[in-house]
Amino acid sequence: MASVKMPQLGESITEGTISKWLKKPGDQVKKYEGLVEIITDKVNAEVPAPLSGVLKEIKVKEGATVTVGTEIAVIEESAAATPAAPKSQPAPQAGTPIAAPAPAAESATEGQGGASTEGRTRLSPAVRALIEEHRISDAELSRIEGSGIGGRISKKDIEDHVAKRAQPAAANGEQRQQAVPATAPAPSPGTTVPLSPMRRAIASNMLKSKQTIPHAWTVAEVDMTNVVRFRQKVKDSFKQREGIDLTYVPIIVKAVVEGLKAVPILNASWSDEGVVLHKDINVGVAVSVDDGLIVPVIHQADRMSIAGLAKSTDDLAKRARAGKLGIPDVQGATFTVNNPGTFGTILSYSIIAPPQAGILAMDAIVKRPVIIEGDAIAVRSMMNLCLSFDHRVLDGVSAARFLQGVRRWLEGFSEQVPLY
Amino acid sequence: MAVKTVIEAIRDGMDEEMARDETVFLIGEDVGNRGGVFLASDGLYKKYGELRVIDSPLAESCIVGVAIGAAVNGMRPIAEIQFADFIAPAMNQIIEEAARFSYRTAGDFNLPMVIRAPWGGGVHGALYHSQSIEAMFAHVPGLKVVAPGTPADAKGLLKAAIRDPDPVLYLEHKRTYRLVKGEVPEGDGLVPIGKAEVKREGKDLSLIAYGLMLTYCLEVAEKLAADGISAEVLDLRTIRPIDRAAIIATARKTGKVLVVHEDTPFAGVAAEVMAIIMENAFDALDAPVMRVTGPDVPAMPFNHVLEEAFMPNPEKILGKARELAAV
Repeated sequence: MASVKMPQLGESITEGTISKWLKKPGDQVKKYEGLVEIITDKVNAEVPAPLSGVLKEIKVKEGATVTVGTEIAVIEESAAATPAAPKSQPAPQAGTPIAAPAPAAESATEGQGGASTEGRTRLSPAVRALIEEHRISDAELSRIEGSGIGGRISKKDIEDHVAKRAQPAAANGEQRQQAVPATAPAPSPGTTVPLSPMRRAIASNMLKSKQTIPHAWTVAEVDMTNVVRFRQKVKDSFKQREGIDLTYVPIIVKAVVEGLKAVPILNASWSDEGVVLHKDINVGVAVSVDDGLIVPVIHQADRMSIAGLAKSTDDLAKRARAGKLGIPDVQGATFTVNNPGTFGTILSYSIIAPPQAGILAMDAIVKRPVIIEGDAIAVRSMMNLCLSFDHRVLDGVSAARFLQGVRRWLEGFSEQVPLY
Repeated sequence: MAVKTVIEAIRDGMDEEMARDETVFLIGEDVGNRGGVFLASDGLYKKYGELRVIDSPLAESCIVGVAIGAAVNGMRPIAEIQFADFIAPAMNQIIEEAARFSYRTAGDFNLPMVIRAPWGGGVHGALYHSQSIEAMFAHVPGLKVVAPGTPADAKGLLKAAIRDPDPVLYLEHKRTYRLVKGEVPEGDGLVPIGKAEVKREGKDLSLIAYGLMLTYCLEVAEKLAADGISAEVLDLRTIRPIDRAAIIATARKTGKVLVVHEDTPFAGVAAEVMAIIMENAFDALDAPVMRVTGPDVPAMPFNHVLEEAFMPNPEKILGKARELAAV
């Protein structure tokens, strides 16, 4: 018997949620074969079986969150798997019998792990009607054992559950459940949108951030006219050459990198032992996806040109929307850039993603009359850059210096700034 | 109440109606002296004479055509088609004339006539003595199609059909003739056309059938009960006009429906029943509506093994019902 534990899927990750068991108890599993899908900080990771054998027991149900190191399953080293190996081929090395492929496990790949979990969420019209009628919550529903094919919850299962639910209430003399609908019509209930694993992850991160980080907020107004003109001029040829759009994001990221180089205290993390200054500048770029938000990371952004940043941003965004990001793609950010401006916002108060010390929001670029040199009024493309920062790590002066650096870099933009 | 077979119930039904109403007469191949190939009219020739029990030539078009002419002139003919398989030559008379007669005369004329046709397989009748024809005729507006499965319904529906003002195709399953016995009430015992009947109450799933398949479904329900599955059995009895309310009610009650017939599946009666359920009881369904039917092949084979393969039987129905119960 070997126990499978919730793995540590990255630094700063302390817990994981079981998204989907790919095997059922009793299934044969091969070493390195996908065993379970785990959701941590906004991505799914498939965890392979640590050894070949039979999945004896699943200890943590789908949807449950446990801390790293918790036992989640038990695998019994299959007697069939180990001795079978030497028969088919002489063991090349005496010390590694377990690593040999187990022929007995072949059939296990046809297991219906996927089907059974899908079946649980597929509800017939009759079942849906009963759920509504009896006001069965998602949590309650998840506790009902489905007796149908693949664990499907049938009409009968719901009826049995409702019958059982009614009994203890009557036995305890607890009349509440019956009394309320009988006497007064309850307020018509709204619908409850079930929490996706991503929603839960976002919720817990945001709550943790707001509860632990004293956020401070400051805004700088940036004249983006030079950048806008430049982009206007080169965007077509860039698209032709590179096959991707040149957006403002890589340009802002470049400016942020320059700002962070000048103010390294913002590229840091708070810890009780002290402020950790990061060597690399890894910039997270928030991407909105169907059911929430993902922040893939451009690692070592300080080593990239604008074109390189554009490519990297484009690739990460596409993969994020396709759900194809891996764990490393969302880990290790030291600072985050958020782009709500595409949706027309002008002032954004972003929440810092721990353990980072700051997040910068790019708001909408809008044309406004501005007083320029010589007291003349000109139409300029203006943008607000809003910075949320961890006040434990740095103070307003440093934050302002960072924003000044970013602003100066952007306002001083010219065709001399190399794209590559 | 006396226990009768289906064939006895049919004979009694004709006898009683002929005694009651002298406009009722029977015409068909060998129905007279011979008493019909299945002896459905045995003794009637002697009792009512050659003017009321008429041996026809071997021409189904003629049998039905004569019946139509008689009906227009105030008679109540019973036209017997010896085997339902032979009805094709009479299709023109039935569909083009009988079915639309009332419609085309704006209700000035009705055709109070019955076409009796022994149908169905499982009797080693091979290609020309085993067919199910109900879907072809049920498709035709203006016709009524009934298919009783028990002696009481056979007699009650036959009497109702004879008294009905419109043409009724009365299908009697050959296999049930002497296989199915049951109590038949004294007196008229009329069974209304267009009314299905729940032959067995249940709550987990519904079996909907008619004709011979009713007997099989009742057998299956008994076996399912032993497994703790409570099956309701709805006997359609009339195929057109179909009892929509009864179909919807049983679908809503159990949420799982299996429709059974011996006819081939494509555009068959089961397809119509399933459509009625999907249109009217979707929100009450707990599983896809399923069916057991004969296979989509041109005819019932003679070879015994192949005939068995063609016919739905209790075993096949039971298997599908268990599958449905497990969904």
